[in-house]
Amino acid sequence: MPPVPVRLSISLLPVIAVLDYGIGNLRSAEKALQYLGADARLIDDPDRVATAAGVVLPGVGAFGRCAQALRASGLDTAARLAIDRGVPFLGICVGFQLLYEGSDEDPTESGLGILAGTVRRLPDGVKHPQMQWNVLDLRPGSGSGLLRGAPRPAWVYFVHSYAPELTGDTSSTCDYGGPVTASAERGPVWGTQFHPEKSGAVGLGILDNFVRAVDGTSGRATP
Amino acid sequence: MRTVRVIPCLDVDAGRVVKGVRFTDLFDAGDPVELATRYDAQGADELVFLDITASSDNRRTMVDVVSRTAEVVFIPFTVGGGVRSVEDARLLLRAGADKVGVNTAAVDRPELITELADEFGSQCVVVAVDARRRKTDDSSELLRGRSLEVAQWEVFTHGGRTPTGLDALKWCERAAAIGAGEILLTSMDRDGTRDGFDLDLTRLIAEHCPVPVIASGGVGTLDHLVEGATLGAAEAVLAASIFHLGEFTVAEAKAYLQHAGVAVRPV
Repeated sequence: MPPVPVRLSISLLPVIAVLDYGIGNLRSAEKALQYLGADARLIDDPDRVATAAGVVLPGVGAFGRCAQALRASGLDTAARLAIDRGVPFLGICVGFQLLYEGSDEDPTESGLGILAGTVRRLPDGVKHPQMQWNVLDLRPGSGSGLLRGAPRPAWVYFVHSYAPELTGDTSSTCDYGGPVTASAERGPVWGTQFHPEKSGAVGLGILDNFVRAVDGTSGRATP
Repeated sequence: MRTVRVIPCLDVDAGRVVKGVRFTDLFDAGDPVELATRYDAQGADELVFLDITASSDNRRTMVDVVSRTAEVVFIPFTVGGGVRSVEDARLLLRAGADKVGVNTAAVDRPELITELADEFGSQCVVVAVDARRRKTDDSSELLRGRSLEVAQWEVFTHGGRTPTGLDALKWCERAAAIGAGEILLTSMDRDGTRDGFDLDLTRLIAEHCPVPVIASGGVGTLDHLVEGATLGAAEAVLAASIFHLGEFTVAEAKAYLQHAGVAVRPV
């Protein structure tokens, strides 16, 4: 294991909890947020989520397995409570999909149901997974906070075979055999189907919008 | 929209980037984290690290390289070489790798592909395939318009030293069916020659495999990259020496591809 970075025991920064529910690679979201100066920590204890100023729900792999693992860890309830508290919340990839009611990938498992709609398989006629960089098409009038200041065009990195259906919450799409949901926003709840933590400078800018939202709602100016 | 990825490959030996010709004759090409940072800045879409010695001594060195890279590079990167178990993969993923590449161990025990996909998701599982043409043909069958069914390629393992008897197409199709999220396809005949990709091989696999295919082995010019994406139909093109030797930057490669009508993420 790599050495754990030494940090001040009493941090002045608001804590961003990156939910660690025992699946796949969760490090990259944590590292990207830390690179931006945020006090992001992998957290597996539901009680510690209760004091976080912001919450990130990452996720890779299969929807069903992630939904099960999230429930088994007790972090599903912690995530709901955080959303009820109104703290900035960011779901990434399968973590984004988990915000919806369910997924065609595993109809026996349900999501958190924070956002209305179902996760659908990508259109036929294109390779699955979509594993590439693609351009975000911002939906008119979405007034996106997540994508504020993003360059036009904004290129971001996708790896997925499923995506949430387009709904009123959809704030951007990409074109992959048709329009595919790339991000959604409902109040302080944001989600990206792409990986902002793996989308170079554009992705770091998007994550920085989240960090600033956390700093803003925690009553602290951005450093 | 389909966009083609440009992927510099860093062969790592004892913590240094090296490059060989036909899998031998290595020369030193620099520090892996420095090179990774430079290629990221030049617009690389992904990076591949191959631990070419992959001894247990070297594993700690490689994990350190991965960890240091993940602190400063925010594009996807794959790490392969010597991954034989879910625990090997976990170590690299926990250090910050996004995907792991498996080669010899997957041929020896194909269930490993499924185990990795079950544990981390198939998007994490890159099956690396080293293939050599069975028939000796001096020119491209594709360009002569002959049937692709005629040509066959055999899979080799252990860094190209061990023939397996496996047909490359059948192996790639099977790998995709049991959990591979991507195929990293290297032509052993072309690797290090700078004669260009084996386009017949690349096209065969890319057209028959349901998952993305990274073309590898033989890039010497920017036209070779264009051919890999067009005639080869690959979703991604990988190169090493043209970038390591400073002949072309990744930015120049992408500008060239774009000019040739291949959709790429512009720098």
